[in-house]
Amino acid sequence: MAESLNIISEAKLRGVNLPGVSAFSIPDVLRRKDARFGDAVMENLIRFAGVSSVLIITLIFVFLFKEAVQFFNTAHLGDMIGKMVYDPWDEKQVYNMLWQPVGDVPKYSFVPILLGSFLVSFPATLMAAVVGVGCAIYLSEIAPAKVREILKPTLELLAGIPTVVIGFIMLWLVASFTQDLFHTKFRLNAFVGALGVALTTLPIIITLSEDALNAVPKELRSASYALGGTKWQTILGTVLPAGISGISAAVLLGFGRALGETMIVLMATGNAAIITLNPFSSVRTMTATIASELGEVSHGDEHYAALFLVGAVLFTLTFILNLVSEVIVSRMRRQLRM
Amino acid sequence: MRSVVTAQDLTLKSINWKESFLTGAVMLFTALPFLALVLMLGNILLEGGKVISWGFLSQSPSGGMLHGGIFPCIFGTLMVTILMILMALPLGIGAGIYLVEYAGQGMIVRVIRAAVNNLAGVPSIVFGLFGVGFFILFIGRSMDSVLQTGLLFGQPCMIWAAATLSVLVLPIIIVSTEEALNAVPQSHRQASMALGATKWETIWNVVLPQARAGILTGAILSVSRGAGETAPILFTGCAYFLPHLPVVKLFGVIPMVNPASQFMELSYHIFVMATQSIDPIKTLPIQYGTTLVLISMTFLLNFTAIGFRIHFRRQQGSLH
Repeated sequence: MAESLNIISEAKLRGVNLPGVSAFSIPDVLRRKDARFGDAVMENLIRFAGVSSVLIITLIFVFLFKEAVQFFNTAHLGDMIGKMVYDPWDEKQVYNMLWQPVGDVPKYSFVPILLGSFLVSFPATLMAAVVGVGCAIYLSEIAPAKVREILKPTLELLAGIPTVVIGFIMLWLVASFTQDLFHTKFRLNAFVGALGVALTTLPIIITLSEDALNAVPKELRSASYALGGTKWQTILGTVLPAGISGISAAVLLGFGRALGETMIVLMATGNAAIITLNPFSSVRTMTATIASELGEVSHGDEHYAALFLVGAVLFTLTFILNLVSEVIVSRMRRQLRM
Repeated sequence: MRSVVTAQDLTLKSINWKESFLTGAVMLFTALPFLALVLMLGNILLEGGKVISWGFLSQSPSGGMLHGGIFPCIFGTLMVTILMILMALPLGIGAGIYLVEYAGQGMIVRVIRAAVNNLAGVPSIVFGLFGVGFFILFIGRSMDSVLQTGLLFGQPCMIWAAATLSVLVLPIIIVSTEEALNAVPQSHRQASMALGATKWETIWNVVLPQARAGILTGAILSVSRGAGETAPILFTGCAYFLPHLPVVKLFGVIPMVNPASQFMELSYHIFVMATQSIDPIKTLPIQYGTTLVLISMTFLLNFTAIGFRIHFRRQQGSLH
């Protein structure tokens, strides 16, 4: 009796359904009725909380796309790339790729703001990846335990700095400094923004890369050392290749974070929607476009819908990046366990 | 003593060179973020320290925002984060308990986990859009038409800013609750059930008390995150300047925070003063002072959370 009770309660604890054991099996019958009632109430309350977190993400998705679709009531899909506009100077129709929501003919080309976003987030991720992976190698393979114990919480402090503060520092200090250094035309440009964004993505890339390196089994390192490999031969030849998928997942996640960064780019990139590939030019990113224009639009008009469309594009991009990095990480876990 | 240098010695030496070079390189890389942190904090401390005084902390802005203090911003930040945590905590802890204690290992759990992970990766400005589209225009406007309040809830105000922030910090609370609950040994639950306690009695009396420190860590971290976020509240309730604190007198006597009012906020204050004020150069000291106050608040919270976590890990170590 006692043993079967134990098996049943154990199975229930693990959420396993035993054949022939109904929901109200022996242990429940032994319990007090009021306690059972309280349990049912609490279980439902808690299930409600669990389900509502899914509900919220569904709602975000639904509302974003519901408002974004309104854009196509008045505009065409092609308007997202460019538009034929009459040019009074040349007295003819010209093809324009501009983001210019206010004017006689509002223009909502995604080309300049998409380019702007990539011009900031790509250099930022590149810088953060190089520095971050080096930092992760040091923390995971070389640093003594004492040093690691100090550096890791400090890294958390860096991650905890509000982005508006980093934007503020970029705007007042770093922008002037880089202009003196590189003699750029614009004081506020994509590179200044990228520096700030790199600072916010660094903690993510370092932490996740270090996790990936730590997940590499000790046996692999020992085998390399046993074959006469030095510290760095082991790191470069064994540990990094084994952890590379985890590191790439970390970089992808960092890239997603960089694409979504708002305050730094709003304050430090100059906010000019220009089509350019020059990283020292002023740019306007998708996030900054939403942040600087949402305050001026009225609910339901084309501009309002266009901003939600920008948000939907951002959401989709980061969603895909998250998903891909998640798949990579779970595959790596499975491989390393083998 | 050996006088002959063998070929092996030579290769080892060149390897040694390479080894030290690479080690030096990664140490330099490691130094970079910390150097940036120190420089940033040093600058803020130095410049902001000149401005901080009792008057700066306790007065309202005056003289067309060129003088005065930042008390309304401190007040607004405190109130909006308190409201936020009141909304996020029950939902987040509940979701965490559900995932660990009730849900088992089925499809639903995987969907919820994926949703939570993705919620954590959504850009913060998208939360701002959601706040405008869902909280203000959908819920707020519906409330106004049902309650016949005119235009009260259907516009940016503190409660919608807090709601938007609470969605943003929800993943932090859920994940830390999950971690804390998973750390409680399964045998403790079995012992409680064996003594005849129901599932909920077990969770309430056995599991949750042990997980308290971990859950608290998550709550503190999410308060710090919420206090520092700007993008989600740009359009959901922040104001550049308000002549009064967002306070109403309940029954004409008891002062109470008015959640249907706009509010001033520290991080938003830094942003507008630096980019949209009449004279950004002249107000630079105020901006530095505000930054110092904001940074001190978030760091204090983060230090507490890190301390809690260290304590929690030690406690956990002694359990097993």
